[in-house]
Amino acid sequence: MLNRISTYFYRRPRLTLALFLAPPLIWFLVVYIGSLISLLINSFFYLDGFTGQVIREFTLKTYAKLFIPTNLQIFLRTTVMALSVTLASIVIAFPLAYYMARFASARMKTWLYLAVTLPLWTSYVVRVYSWKLILAQEGIVSWFARLVHLDGLLNWYLSNETLGGPSLSVSPTGIFLVFLYIWLPYMIIPIQTALERVPKSLIEAAGDLGATPAQTFRTVLLPLAFPGVIAGSIFTFSLTLGDFIVPQLFGTSSFYIGKAVLTYQGTSGNIPLAAAFTMGPIIIMISYLLLARKLGAFDAL
Amino acid sequence: MSEPAILFKNVSRHFGEVKAVDNVQLEVKDGEFFSMLGPSGSGKTTCLRMIAGFDRPTAGQIFLYGQDVSNLPPYERPVNTVFQDYALFPHMTIEDNIAYGLMIKGMPKSERVKKANETLDLVRMPGYGKRKPSQLSGGQRQRVALARALINHPKVLLLDEPLGALDLKLRQQMQVELKNIQREVGITFIFVTHDQEEALTMSDRIAVFNEGNIEQVGTPADVYEHPSTPFVAGFVGTSNLIAGEVAQRITGSPKRFSVRPEKIRLAQMDDQIEGDMFVADGIVRDVIYLGLYTRYLVELEGGGDLVVIEQNLRTSSIDVTKIKNQKTRLLWKKEHVSYVGG
Repeated sequence: MLNRISTYFYRRPRLTLALFLAPPLIWFLVVYIGSLISLLINSFFYLDGFTGQVIREFTLKTYAKLFIPTNLQIFLRTTVMALSVTLASIVIAFPLAYYMARFASARMKTWLYLAVTLPLWTSYVVRVYSWKLILAQEGIVSWFARLVHLDGLLNWYLSNETLGGPSLSVSPTGIFLVFLYIWLPYMIIPIQTALERVPKSLIEAAGDLGATPAQTFRTVLLPLAFPGVIAGSIFTFSLTLGDFIVPQLFGTSSFYIGKAVLTYQGTSGNIPLAAAFTMGPIIIMISYLLLARKLGAFDAL
Repeated sequence: MSEPAILFKNVSRHFGEVKAVDNVQLEVKDGEFFSMLGPSGSGKTTCLRMIAGFDRPTAGQIFLYGQDVSNLPPYERPVNTVFQDYALFPHMTIEDNIAYGLMIKGMPKSERVKKANETLDLVRMPGYGKRKPSQLSGGQRQRVALARALINHPKVLLLDEPLGALDLKLRQQMQVELKNIQREVGITFIFVTHDQEEALTMSDRIAVFNEGNIEQVGTPADVYEHPSTPFVAGFVGTSNLIAGEVAQRITGSPKRFSVRPEKIRLAQMDDQIEGDMFVADGIVRDVIYLGLYTRYLVELEGGGDLVVIEQNLRTSSIDVTKIKNQKTRLLWKKEHVSYVGG
């Protein structure tokens, strides 16, 4: 009986494939694409300011609201934050990924993998709160600054209007540091994977043809690691764009996209505006990917 | 130039306890096609990598046209390598791959593209410049790798088993072409291989490696006809080693000797024996018909086996097998015997 079933499917590879793909496809179409479409539709409705009801009529009114200066600033602030976090992640992740891919022994590599991914084992909220302790006014950083008599410098930095705040735990710098910490693994692993796929002989070949280690890095390693960098930056960039917990906990009164969506959707019931806000990161991400493609990020794929 | 292209003075490369290369002396002449032949792990590739600069000797010195290069990094050595896996840069076009060395030297784009296309002509691949390595076959990649190395006019070109990944037909074709290209450009080639036929086909001289040492250096004919050690006799061709009492009976000396299978003639028991011949009697134990020739395994009287190869000039597969388990007499000229020691 079982044999006959096997034979039946063996002779009909297309049917077998369809059966295999149906669950993920349904999931993908209904849950992913479906919710995106519903989001898109909602963003074309508007909230009646007087009754507080969502009016289901096609309008661009809600989108127009995105372009008032306060909201534009939210987009700008969030994008700059996402970019800074991404760039800093690349700078920190690359050397470590490079070491893991090219020099670390198999044993050392296992330990480093563990060390890199270990933070992901614990709850995101717990880790974020632990940073609260590190960055708070009476926290470890301030304590250390006082210990080495650099508290003056720290206070001077915090008095900076765009970067500082009452303490590190309530400042854009704090948000930046926490984002950098929580998204870093998502940058290290793709870069490491990309670098590991570069055969050693390519690096030897570049040297053999006269390239100094710096030239080899620029002309061979970096271009081949670039898809990994882009993959990692898609994580860090989009995760930062959409996150609302970190700005909530470490932010001053300034909004970020995620926090804005949460507020409009949850607090004021303005689902159309929240939906329109969500379109922002999607459009930013698409532009980012198009730019990456133009830079040749996907050529080596 | 009278200066040797490559000179090894007491070169060793030890990896901890493992002596990959142990106190090797070697001289490669200018303009030579020189092969390093040996089984894997014999130290030939390590020697090549030390010439390229990817590895450094733990002792001894390496000279390139008189200059001590032992401690120069690869990018400061006027040698280029064709890698076993070709090592083409996957993100660059064929043109950019070939012109890579020129780009590093700072040659303007238009000039180096022109040179790259000239070099593509040299390796008989005109018009392939705009493609990517992934669009080429193994044999084509091999040519591109060769072009990428040759374009820099290295003083010595190093080839690390470059034909290993090709199928037999293509390999034989490339052997001839490599030799032709080498004659055309006149650069010293050092060719690493484990394939004795490849080494015999192309080389001016061959160094046979074994366990980190060089067993013999000589022309293909030297190495084949007069192996100086049992290892060389066995690795280059079929071994046919006879020693001790049986050797005493045949040659009058117990020294170990080697004789190539195609030099031996199967004779009748009553055939005339001339003075310059050695003779041995035995029984044919095995007959393998291989079309072009037949291999016979003959068990000698008093012990020991000899392999005999005879061309099938007049015989067919039925004829040759008749001799199986028959008594036979083997004859070969004394000059075809090499005393290999050991």
